[in-house]
Order: sequence, then C-alpha cells, then structure tokens
Amino acid sequence: MELLFFYMFSAGIIGASLLMVTRANVIHAALLLVLTFFFMSGIFILAGAEFLAVVQVLLYAGGIMVLYLFSIMLMNVEVSVRLRQYHRQSFFAVAASLILIFEVWTVLGRGGSYPAFKGFSWQLGATPGNVEALGSVLYTKYLFPFEVASILLLAAMIGAIVLAKRTIDR
Amino acid sequence: MIAELIAAFLKIALVLGTISLVVAYLTYLERKIIGHIQMRMGPMRVGWHGLLQPIADGLKLFLKEDIIPSKADKIVFVIAPIMVLVPAFVVYSVLPFDENFYITQVNVGLFLVLAVSSLGVFGIVMAGWASNSKYSLLGAFRSAAQMLSYEIFLGFSLIGPLMLAGSLNFQNIVRAQADVWFIFYQPLAFIVFFIAALAETNRIPFDLPEAETELVAGFHTEYSGMKFAFFFLAEYANIMAVSTVGIAVFFGGWGGIDAIPLPGIVWYLMKMAVMIFVFIWIRATLPRYRYDQLMRVGWKFMFPLAILNIFVTGLVKFLFL
Repeated sequence: MELLFFYMFSAGIIGASLLMVTRANVIHAALLLVLTFFFMSGIFILAGAEFLAVVQVLLYAGGIMVLYLFSIMLMNVEVSVRLRQYHRQSFFAVAASLILIFEVWTVLGRGGSYPAFKGFSWQLGATPGNVEALGSVLYTKYLFPFEVASILLLAAMIGAIVLAKRTIDR
Repeated sequence: MIAELIAAFLKIALVLGTISLVVAYLTYLERKIIGHIQMRMGPMRVGWHGLLQPIADGLKLFLKEDIIPSKADKIVFVIAPIMVLVPAFVVYSVLPFDENFYITQVNVGLFLVLAVSSLGVFGIVMAGWASNSKYSLLGAFRSAAQMLSYEIFLGFSLIGPLMLAGSLNFQNIVRAQADVWFIFYQPLAFIVFFIAALAETNRIPFDLPEAETELVAGFHTEYSGMKFAFFFLAEYANIMAVSTVGIAVFFGGWGGIDAIPLPGIVWYLMKMAVMIFVFIWIRATLPRYRYDQLMRVGWKFMFPLAILNIFVTGLVKFLFL
C-alpha cells in the first residue's frame, strides 16, 4: 500500500515537473510547480515526517507560490508565450544534469559514513509524533544554528524593506 | 482493512453530505437574518417562509448556461472553482465534531487545517487571472495580499492556546479544555483569531476581493452557473470550518456544562449555530474597510497584538505553571 502511494507520488512529481519546464505559459508552469510541492509533501508523509509535509504545503504552496503568482500575473503573459522557448543550450543543460546526477549518486552512495546522518534518529516509540521531537531538538541541540538562521532571515527582511522603500520615497 | 475503509468512506460521505446540505441552507439563513435585521422579511415565496428557496436557487444555478469568456484561459478557468472548493472540504478530514466522531485525527491536525485552508487563495487567484478581465484580476490581487497577511495573524493567534494545550492534535486540544475553556485564558487571542477568520473567509468588513460596488464582484465576475455556485459553497464551507476551529480551540469543542447532560455533538452544533449567527450579524452591521486600512489594521494592530499574546502566555506559563 505504502509502496503504491510512493510510486504514485513519485510519478506525480516527475510528471508535474516535466510539464512545468515545458510549458510556454509562465502561470501554468507556476501552478504545476504547486502540484509538484503537493506530491512532495505526500512523500514526506510516507516518510513519517508529517510536520515537514504540512510546512511544505503551508510555506511553499500557500505562501511563496502565491507571491510568485502575484508577481507573474503582473507580467504580460501573452508576449512570453510567443517567445522562443529553447535557446540551443541543451549541451550545457545535459552536462550540468550529468554532474548533478553524479554528485547526488556519490552523496547517497556514502550517506552512511557522514557523521551528521549517523547515530541520529527519532525515537518514534517514545514520542507520539515528531512535532514534539522536532521542537525539542530545535530548541536544545540545534538552538544556535536555529537562532542564526532566524537572525539571517530577519536581516534579509529588513534589507528588503529598506531597498523597497527607497524607490517610493517622496 | 476493508471494513475500516468502508467505515471511513461512510463517515466521509456523511460529513460531506451534511456540509453540502447545511451550506445550501446557510445561504437561506443569511438572507433571512439580514432581512430581519433590516426590517424586511427575506425570502418568502418558495415554500413555507421561503424554506425551499435554496433548492430553487440550486436548480436555477444548475440549469443556467455555463459561460466561458472567449479570451479566458480555459483550463485554468475551469480548474479554479474546483481549487477553491476542494481545500474548503478537505479541512473537514481532521476537524473534531465529537469525542468519538471525526473522520481522522493526526498529530499536526490544527497545522494541517491552516495549511490546507491557505490553499483556497490559489483558486481565487487562478479565477481572477484566467477570466482575463481587469476587475477580476484586481480582485485576485487584493485577495492574495489580504489572505497572505491575515493567514499569519490567524496562525499566530492560535499559538497562545496551543502553548496551553501542548499539542496540535484537535482531540488533545479539546481535552485540555475539560475544566476551563481557553477563551477565558486567551481572550485577546480569540479577538485576533476572529478578525483574521473574517478576513480569511472574505466576509464583510474584509470582503475587498469581491467588493460589489467597485469591482463588480471581483474574482468571480465572469463566472456563471455551477462554477459560480462553487465559490459560494466554498465560502460557506470555509465559514463553518473556521468556526469549528474556533470552537475547538477556544470554546471547548464538544464539551458542555456538566449539569446539562447532552451529547457532545449537540453542544458542538449549538456553539456552531452561535458562531455562524455572529458571522452573519457582523455582515449586516459593519461597512467595508478600505484597502490601505485593511493592511494597516493587519500589520500595525493585529500583528503586534498576536505577538504580545504569545509573549505574555509564554511568560505566565514559565513563571506560574
């Protein structure tokens, strides 16, 4: 049953992302990207990471993609549909993909030997869900990186506001 | 396995069927209540006191010609109403109706409801863009900005009660309120939650996406027939879903007063009726916000209040509990 769902979600991800990169209409591409996020959150659920799955939908699909659509809709889509879609860069694309596949393959191949992946597992029996486990780990073991990431995001947010405000100063 | 599946499907069918029927009658209730508030009678012609009006409306919408504008993006135009309706119904899969009656319960229940209901905005944005009309597009823009902002306050206002309950699971949240409802501990959170809920469901002080007077109904200007009905079904389904969340988080869900022994579902339905009445009452009472006022109220008033509530709750919990 789980395997069936896994293949269903995987096929969904691959199909939706293939469609996404081949669409001429940017809005269709963005909507297909949302569909890809859905299938990915399905895979997260299968992996037992329900919190991550919900965050995926809430932030990526419900938050970031809405902002993307928001800005894309302001463009003149009619023009972009008529533009040439391929720019004879297939050689570079293939080369980059091959390098990427090689990297992923090597990393996954030796995944067990990385200290970060080793000896770290949720005690699923001890806690009812991984929300509590995630929360306690974030605020104890990984407090410092968590706070650094928060401050980085805050700085980026303030920077964006400052940059945006300067242009409309009257 | 098979028996479980059948039971699950039966439950889903029961809940969806009830919601679809109740949603149809909510339109009737809304017209009746607003009518009486404005010293009118409301629908009176079809059936006794207009009781068959929703069925007549449904029939009319069903038989109406379904127009797709020639310049519209056909696929997106057709998918958009479905994209609005599906999240509105999916959230019911984790909502608690009674101690033993729910479709399913998951550890991230409340979070899941927030995530799924945030997807409704896609349908609205898609509808506005696909219609290829300036009014619709403006409605879609307003809606995207409004729902993105108010989603944040909706989520933040629920953090306080969550800290008290210590769980995202609806069943545990309701059980944590067996003695005292969270509304008494978290009145500020409830006010922020309720205002954000009004904005999330595009109800009247915040119904800018569909402002009739300026945008000719906004994102659904070009829709007709059943597709148009879908938007309304979704709006009322969302109202009921958000009321259920409010009842579960602030008003003790299916719990009632011990002195009056009633089944949990009856308590739940009574609270639901009150919540929906307040929703309609507000629609009949308040004027619409202007767009910049909406954003100012959100970010300069509600957002600090929600943060303050989290801070105070944390402080009190740390010091006294």
